[in-house]
Amino acid sequence: MTKWILVLMVICATTVGDVCRSLGMRQHGELHDFRPGAIGSAVGMIARNSYVIVSTCAMAVSFFSFMKLVSIAPMSFAVPMSAAAFIPETLLAKALLKEAVDWRRWAGVGLILIGVFFITQ
Amino acid sequence: MNSSRAGGTRSPARSLTYNSNLRKTRLFAVLTILSNVAGNSALTKGMQQLGDIGNSPLALIAALFHPWVALGVALLIVWTLTHMALLSWADLSYVMPVTAISYVVTAFAARLLLNENISFARWTGIVLITLGVMLVGRTQVNTT
Repeated sequence: MTKWILVLMVICATTVGDVCRSLGMRQHGELHDFRPGAIGSAVGMIARNSYVIVSTCAMAVSFFSFMKLVSIAPMSFAVPMSAAAFIPETLLAKALLKEAVDWRRWAGVGLILIGVFFITQ
Repeated sequence: MNSSRAGGTRSPARSLTYNSNLRKTRLFAVLTILSNVAGNSALTKGMQQLGDIGNSPLALIAALFHPWVALGVALLIVWTLTHMALLSWADLSYVMPVTAISYVVTAFAARLLLNENISFARWTGIVLITLGVMLVGRTQVNTT
């Protein structure tokens, strides 16, 4: 039972984390310069973005729930189960982030989820 | 319908930008996938060595000082940074399924490092996930 509660926590926190991370990074704009100094100043700016702050908190919840999960269940269960987050994330990518989620993306997500079911057997 | 990356109407200049963007996307996708799998594997190895640590937050923080857990956390920080960079130009509905190939890499890592078996069912899953990733990989990196 505990492991299913942890799975649910990982899924919800990952969804919030990924969507907010995407919103924050989009607000910041595309990263072009990957020299150490430029990365440093970009990290400084990104760390002050409120979406990125929410995302980091959500990712921390996801991370600690995941750590607890892998301490009571095998990785072959814990890692693929978190893939269920693909469904709410794809729905929000379309509804909130206004991405063009065409049939190939939905079919890809479908294949991956069925694949994840088999990979846990 | 969205234009595929083989669209023939692109000007040479746009095509050049497009190709360099695709190379950058592929490089960061590979870095994201490898740091994710290596980070999760190290973390799992550490947590399995520690056993059930109970529910106290202090025990979780103490676990961070275990060498394998610490390595896992360091690799997951690399994953965070490369994943954020990728999302600064690529769609979430592109990044998420494409980086799902990490589940396949994880299955092979589990086989090699943790001696978990790859059953027939698991091979089926590996094939399906790979097909799904290939399908999404054929869509445009950015649609917004």
